[in-house]
Amino acid sequence: MDNVTLTIDGRKVTVPAGTSVLDAAEQVQVNIPRLCHHPDLPPVSACRLCVVEIKGDRLLRTACSWKASEGMEVTTNSKVVRESRKIAMELLLSRHPMRCTECVRNGSCELRAVADQLGIREISFEYRERKGSLDTSSLAVVRDPSKCILCRRCVQTCTMVQSVSALGMESRGYDVWVDTPFGKGLGDVACVACGQCIDRCPVGALYENSHIQRVWDALDNPNLHVVVQTAPAVRAAIGEEFGMPAGSLVTDKLVAGLRRLGFDKVFDTDFTADLTILEEGYELLGRIKNGGTLPLLTSCSPGWINFIEHFYPQLLPHVSSCKSPQQMFGALAKTYYAEKSGVNPENIYVVSIMPCTAKKYESDRAEMSSSGFRDVDAVLTTREAATMMKQIGINLPDLPNEDYDAPLGISTGAAVIFGNTGGVMEAALRTVYEVVTKKPLDNVEIKAVRGMEGVREAEVDLDGLKVRAAVANGLANARQLMEKIVAGEANYHFIEIMACPGGCIGGGGQPVPTSLEIRKKRAEAIYKADRGIKIRKSHENPAVQQLYKEFLGEPNSHKAHDLLHTHYKEKTPYTA
Amino acid sequence: MPDLNKIDKIIKSYENTRTPLIYILKDVQKEYGLLSDEILTRVAKKTAIPLSEIYGVATFYSLFTTTAKGKHIVRCCNNAPCHVKGSKEVLDHIKSYLGVETGETTADGSFTLEFTSCLGLCAVAPVMMVDNEVYGNLTPEKAVAILKDYKMKGTSNA
Repeated sequence: MDNVTLTIDGRKVTVPAGTSVLDAAEQVQVNIPRLCHHPDLPPVSACRLCVVEIKGDRLLRTACSWKASEGMEVTTNSKVVRESRKIAMELLLSRHPMRCTECVRNGSCELRAVADQLGIREISFEYRERKGSLDTSSLAVVRDPSKCILCRRCVQTCTMVQSVSALGMESRGYDVWVDTPFGKGLGDVACVACGQCIDRCPVGALYENSHIQRVWDALDNPNLHVVVQTAPAVRAAIGEEFGMPAGSLVTDKLVAGLRRLGFDKVFDTDFTADLTILEEGYELLGRIKNGGTLPLLTSCSPGWINFIEHFYPQLLPHVSSCKSPQQMFGALAKTYYAEKSGVNPENIYVVSIMPCTAKKYESDRAEMSSSGFRDVDAVLTTREAATMMKQIGINLPDLPNEDYDAPLGISTGAAVIFGNTGGVMEAALRTVYEVVTKKPLDNVEIKAVRGMEGVREAEVDLDGLKVRAAVANGLANARQLMEKIVAGEANYHFIEIMACPGGCIGGGGQPVPTSLEIRKKRAEAIYKADRGIKIRKSHENPAVQQLYKEFLGEPNSHKAHDLLHTHYKEKTPYTA
Repeated sequence: MPDLNKIDKIIKSYENTRTPLIYILKDVQKEYGLLSDEILTRVAKKTAIPLSEIYGVATFYSLFTTTAKGKHIVRCCNNAPCHVKGSKEVLDHIKSYLGVETGETTADGSFTLEFTSCLGLCAVAPVMMVDNEVYGNLTPEKAVAILKDYKMKGTSNA
């Protein structure tokens, strides 16, 4: 690619053609303020904070969208630039409620950070409240339009990253705001509850429907036996909430922190991730052998399940009947574990720590109570779990290392990679290979399905049986694969879909901010966790083997079907 | 419930038009009088454009409406030249004659009162539009007399 050389504040810089002035400025150590631009999204030039002067141009230009060109002379530090940014910022602040101490983003608010960067000490304009009222209609995502700064990141994310388009812009000019069609609320439109909008919101206008209070109430109730499960991706991200760099793997400290919150047992969703591999792996082999519906689509990601129900219901027969690991865990906690521990299942309360907001929706589904009890009682996002620890004075990095409890805390490396895009596929292939060939798999790292590209394909030769696999992360990418299936062009056996970019490590419940760089670091932490576990194949998990021996019988048994499998229903793209 | 099949015909008539959404919405509103939830949902289904995007367009343009309006739409200019020439007094009289605020529809469904931006007729300010007709050099009394005429015409036609 061609390079261009320009000067920014008198300093020469050479960048690839097509680089924005904003990115070029980073090369000369100038951090241009911005509130609407996000590295995952194309620029929209909505906030007007990144304006710069360009020699020969009468107007100020937005650095996020203005491309660097040969010989361009940019000034980021001039009176007119400073004053324009200050006025733009004061106008934004004049329509923001400034109740920072009550806000979920107190501490991680980009509006506060940029106001500080610009040295705003007073606001020249009177406060005018924004249009719209609090939207609590969704089980997963809460919207507070009064805090919105109209950056449009949520709308772009919903439309371009996820191809869901639950959110859009309404009205025009001074009255413009972000809304669902006809103001129906996220709970009453085809929102998939993925929470990607939350991850990119610069302020507290979008956040999860909190379960913190119900978890404290359960922990305070002496009659309840409260067990907690942790999803794979949480251990690779929660450290960020305590100021640790992205990519910090804190599994053992997470266990210690949860024990201090007062949970009776600290278990691991990884246990049921291993179990999922057996149930789903045997389901795949069964479909291949018996001419069942192919390709088989994974069912672990509840945002993805919501998506296919709303947008491709005709493809539901492709979806694995396996419940997600979260729900399998809940079902077993209230049956198998209840029996083993002698605790009345009525008194067992299951809490999940999830990188996900759609898990809140999933836990509330009517389908998820086949044991006679609700599988999962409360779901905390990674962020909420960190908040609870902070509430009782825990600083995670200071904690000692502790181990999960047995038996539902025993897991393999194949389970932990469920947190990454391609991980479920890789874990399944590790097991399916050995089940089919009866030979040990020497190199368990199946790199062909790893990576951050939106759609990836691989063919794996299982002793003559070629398994054609595809992996998609982010729902716009999933849509591409669904269109291929609809058109009859998808010659795959098995497709893994995760709703969020990068998989669960980039989930809607993870620490804010997010970017490709951050997601890559979290993904590497997950692979590091896999390498650090001696057993790296799900079918070799001794606790899972014992579960089949003592309780379930064999994979896809009648009992397994009753407790661990389910079916989903058709919905429309226009209503909840 | 209105017959929504006409929507499909309107959409079909624009099948060779690039970015036809605004034309479709214009024709659909002419047919049904408004762009309601069920109407726009049908447009979304038939065009495969997300409903949120269609709703964004329908609420962006002030000549589109998502709610039912009166038989006649009265648009009073509220820009500076009309203001200087007494548009506020005109508007106040219209409001008290119709018994509504701007943005509202009279109880009998005959009039909806709205603001409009400059109509380019500042020489004859203050001005208002009733449906597609423009009226200039208004006084409060003249404006109310015009609306009375519309009301009479409405009853005699009925």
